[in-house]
Amino acid sequence: MDLNEKLLSSFIAFEDKVNVNDEVHEIRMAALKRFEQQGFPTKKLEAWKYTSLQSLLKKDFSIFPGSKHTLEYPTVRQYFLHETETFKIVFVDGRYSSFLSETTHDGVDVCLFSAAIEKPKYKHVVDEYFNKIADQTDALTNLNTAFANEGAYIFIPKSKAPVKPIEIVHFATGATPQILLQPRNLIVVEENAEVQIIERHQSLGAVEAFTNSVTEIFAHKNARVDYYKFQNDTMKASIVDNTFIEQHNSSEVSIHTFSLGGALVRNNLNFYQRGSHINSIMKGVTLGSERQHIDHYTLVHHTEPDCESHQDYKGIYDGRSVGVFNGKIIVDKIAQKTNAFQQNNNLLISDAATVNTKPQLEIFADDVRCSHGCTIGQLDEDALFYLQSRGIPKKEASALLMYAFANNVLESVKNAALSKRVKDMIAEKLGVKIGFDL
Amino acid sequence: MLKIENLHARVEEKEILKGINLEVKPGEVHAIMGPNGSGKSTLASVIAGREDFEVTEGNISLNGEDLGDLDPEERAHAGVFLSFQYPVEIPGVTVTNFIKAAINESRKAKGLEDMPANEMLSKFREKSSLLEIDRKFLSRSLNEGFSGGEKKRNEIFQMAMLEPKLAILDETDSGLDIDALRIVANGVNKLRGKDNAIVVITHYQRLLDYIVPDHVHVLYNGKIVKSGTKELAFELEEKGYDWIKAENE
Repeated sequence: MDLNEKLLSSFIAFEDKVNVNDEVHEIRMAALKRFEQQGFPTKKLEAWKYTSLQSLLKKDFSIFPGSKHTLEYPTVRQYFLHETETFKIVFVDGRYSSFLSETTHDGVDVCLFSAAIEKPKYKHVVDEYFNKIADQTDALTNLNTAFANEGAYIFIPKSKAPVKPIEIVHFATGATPQILLQPRNLIVVEENAEVQIIERHQSLGAVEAFTNSVTEIFAHKNARVDYYKFQNDTMKASIVDNTFIEQHNSSEVSIHTFSLGGALVRNNLNFYQRGSHINSIMKGVTLGSERQHIDHYTLVHHTEPDCESHQDYKGIYDGRSVGVFNGKIIVDKIAQKTNAFQQNNNLLISDAATVNTKPQLEIFADDVRCSHGCTIGQLDEDALFYLQSRGIPKKEASALLMYAFANNVLESVKNAALSKRVKDMIAEKLGVKIGFDL
Repeated sequence: MLKIENLHARVEEKEILKGINLEVKPGEVHAIMGPNGSGKSTLASVIAGREDFEVTEGNISLNGEDLGDLDPEERAHAGVFLSFQYPVEIPGVTVTNFIKAAINESRKAKGLEDMPANEMLSKFREKSSLLEIDRKFLSRSLNEGFSGGEKKRNEIFQMAMLEPKLAILDETDSGLDIDALRIVANGVNKLRGKDNAIVVITHYQRLLDYIVPDHVHVLYNGKIVKSGTKELAFELEEKGYDWIKAENE
């Protein structure tokens, strides 16, 4: 039985576990129908031209986790930003782990999607926001919607901000050796509210996890959202991350994506601007090695005047890794005075590494400032010799130059602990002990 | 200290150094002069271990240690320092971080721990005042947007921080106005000692008014064609290089 058939037949078993008499389930069933028609994306689709899921889909993924596996905090401590200074929504093999989590309902709601769709007090929020901006033409998003049940639910009411950042962490333990995980996150940030979120997917040991994640983020007037995606999973894990953001007047949302690990990584990042004076920020640092395939597919839709978007993606590819960057910017006719900037710079460290980079600008307004630039280069030999001649060994000198190359993006991480963690992850990936916070 | 014997080097198929012999003893300052294209900068790069150049014959040793098979960083650990004619701009790495990394990597190679923070700090203070370097300068990205003079001063500052046994100053005077030249030369002179040596590579005699050499060599067409005392530099300043060329055609 192939994965497609397996998913469809599993849906009946899934219906035994969830409430099938609410609107959410109507949405699931409609999504499943769309997925059935669409099937998994293939390279024939323009958006998937450089990324193939075929070999991944041949694996015998379990749709539901097997026996329950508990993790002790000390064994997974390293994957969290902080023991006490963050809220935590933690899942183990797709199941919520109350043991590792720290949720809150004190002024803000930081809890579970499964709880939110069950409880009447959240019904109006779910009805208003769930699956409202997720792309219904995208098969994987529909697949996630069809099985949507567990994930993070974050609601920040007007003028509130959680007292500390929120970590959303997914572990795959290997209790189920090949597992499909489909987390669904709903994040609503009301007027003048703020939130900082860190998301991480981590496989432990030899488990082959395939995560198909969907996150919907709504940022209302003057809201501020800083979202950090740490993609530093094992070389056996793969992820397709579908993130949809709707922004209203004067809101600012930034998404940083640090893609260091994972066999196949695809980020579909979609910003929909629904107001004026909006700022949308997308930044990424990618370090590919071995046979990794890392794909960033971004979309910004400017629909109102006087808005901005800033994209800056730095990619460094070694080994036989493949990088893809596709950045689409649409500026509607009415969206005058738009400032849209896009930058994608790449370094190829080995002869066998590849980068495909493609800006896609569709501009219908005439009074706009849009710029895009992509570069593909190599490490500067003169700079390398300069550093070496000062006693810095070649490996460390290369690492320092790569770090310098990515520095514009790294600098924009405002949280100091987070910034240090990212730099440490980069040093670890590059196999150097040089602290970049010298 | 530095001993170069019958050194031949080429880049691709072009032979640039054609049998150099040079011995520099501890405490000495040697100047290497010569017209453009004579191989001065190549000699500096070859001593520092640049891979673009292939040594086809001869050898280079420092205090008896053969440098031939060493990588550039290993030569630095052995005590070689090259002040670049064109220092490379590295945005995103501050002067301070760069120098700290350089010092600690050298210590690591010698089996030492990182330099303690207070020691590092006082060293930075001492050496930056020696070269009249503003503290703000240290937190700027390495050489990015630096004027020619700032770049050269930064090179000598690195030299002061790294305390090499052998410093090669490649055209350190180019791009310097007279005030910057004085500061740089003053810094170099303060770093002179009986246990280290300096090789000054320069086209003009000007720098040698400030850094007075014990020996002057003229490099022409890949060979040292003349050696003498500091008076040789005055002679070159007066007569230009044509007579050297004429003598060696």
